[in-house]
Amino acid sequence: MIPIKTVEEVAENLMERAAIDIPEDYLGGLEEMAEREEGELASFVIRAMIENYRAASDDRRAMCGDTGVPRWYVKMGNEAAVEDGPVGLEGALRRATAQATAAVPLRPNRVHPLWRTDHGNNVGINAPEIEYAYEPDGAWIDLTAVHKGGLFGTDYRMLFPGDGIDGIRRFLIDSLVAFGRRGLACQPAIIGIGLGGSKDICMVLGKQAACLRIVGDRNPDPRIAELELELTELGNSIGMGAMGFAGNSMVIDCHIEAGYCHTGAMPMSVHAFCLASRRATARIQPDGSVCLRTDPQWFTPYKRRETVEWQPTAEN
Amino acid sequence: MAADSGKLKEVRLRAPVDPAALGELRIGEVVYLDGVVYTAREGVYKKVVEEGCDLPLDLAALSNVNFHCSPAATVNDDGGYTMGAVSATASFRFSKWIERWFDISGAKMIIGKGGMSAADYRRCFVPRGAVYLTTVGYGTGALLGRGVKRVREVHWIRELGIAHALWVLEVEKFGPFIVESDVEGNSLFDRENAKIAKGLPDLYRDSKPAILGRYGETDDRSDEVI
Ligand code: SF4
Repeated sequence: MIPIKTVEEVAENLMERAAIDIPEDYLGGLEEMAEREEGELASFVIRAMIENYRAASDDRRAMCGDTGVPRWYVKMGNEAAVEDGPVGLEGALRRATAQATAAVPLRPNRVHPLWRTDHGNNVGINAPEIEYAYEPDGAWIDLTAVHKGGLFGTDYRMLFPGDGIDGIRRFLIDSLVAFGRRGLACQPAIIGIGLGGSKDICMVLGKQAACLRIVGDRNPDPRIAELELELTELGNSIGMGAMGFAGNSMVIDCHIEAGYCHTGAMPMSVHAFCLASRRATARIQPDGSVCLRTDPQWFTPYKRRETVEWQPTAEN
Repeated sequence: MAADSGKLKEVRLRAPVDPAALGELRIGEVVYLDGVVYTAREGVYKKVVEEGCDLPLDLAALSNVNFHCSPAATVNDDGGYTMGAVSATASFRFSKWIERWFDISGAKMIIGKGGMSAADYRRCFVPRGAVYLTTVGYGTGALLGRGVKRVREVHWIRELGIAHALWVLEVEKFGPFIVESDVEGNSLFDRENAKIAKGLPDLYRDSKPAILGRYGETDDRSDEVI
């Protein structure tokens, strides 16, 4: 049985780590970009950001004043059991969110859409979001805290098979050109693309692709992997860099996730995980031991399974 | 340590800012501030400009630098404040209040995210000798947080919440910021947009519009959507 007190403590710790410590993979990608960027202004911006991450870690201060919207991804091994059950788990995650908001501190960002009611703790109706996934083996639970920033940079469009890969390219450039100006998307960003699914799943997959896969990770479908690389390059060839200044630092990496969709459709969503690409993961074992990491390992062969029955050997 | 400005010119100014010094600033220069700045965004603007509430302090005497910002801060049990990271919020949304705000507050420098439109600069900034500085990144919240030495006063925190309250901050080597609009109303973002727009026809040359169009769609990619 996974102790609920451990869940709450670990969750509060993850909130802090996500807010303060930029994940290695993102930092590495940005450092590579700093070397390539020739635009004077864009390159100054990237160097200032790298300086900023250092200041955040040294001071134990949030890297960005805008908390974005803190949310949770929970993954459970098939044999996992949490003390107090799923309701207890959700309570622990809501408490951890509120406590970390005061302790770090994080700016309270969550308000009611109409009445602008602000509880001052980033908790409210349907907030923080909690998404779940499962794995065939194991009694552990994985918690991932993501603080997703960005009012700008996300879009959805119903494309059709006739739009083809060209249509995908065009819609991506449309989104980047629209929201990259003035740096509204706080690029360079990890771009997540959801392809297919129904409308809601298309959005969910794209966001997960942006927030839960690390820089350098490729989709196991070799043709999708190739498209990811092509779209990364395409984004960096717009002529736009950090803050919308002339340059070529727009996309640190591009991740695509697919879901089967209606036979007449090819819906697509675009998401940008901004300069504050905040994520932190921990695995908690039934004995209460905890292992921290920055790779959520969300997309597994099981998560991407295609057949009716789970066939590990056929799909691995 | 601040980031190396490379070939960009770096300027350090005292806040409140001397209007004469503002005349020297050119777009694309890097600025750091020392002195006193305050935050005000839609919460304060609505209250003062729309509802006609009096300002809770003599703002003009205190500073003429308005930061479009909401800090990550907490109010401690002893009534003090813990200031964490500090980041700007997108300024173009405040266009409808800015002209009246200038007249009420006497502001000469606006700091924010993403700049405002060239029309706003011409209509509201230039006649008042005001400039616009943009934060960098925009995520340099930790660097800016470091630059805040003390919270001098906070107003309307109960009515408006932490994000929208009016914070008066004492700052030291506060930045970096980049001059986006100078006293003549030149805009750095406009200049950069124009450079980028030149390459767009090539980028789109072989691509066809989506099969299903959308209302309000523009096909002129040199247009902005804001
Ligand atoms: S988009 Fe990201 S980097 Fe930009 S202000 Fe929001 S959280 Fe910060």
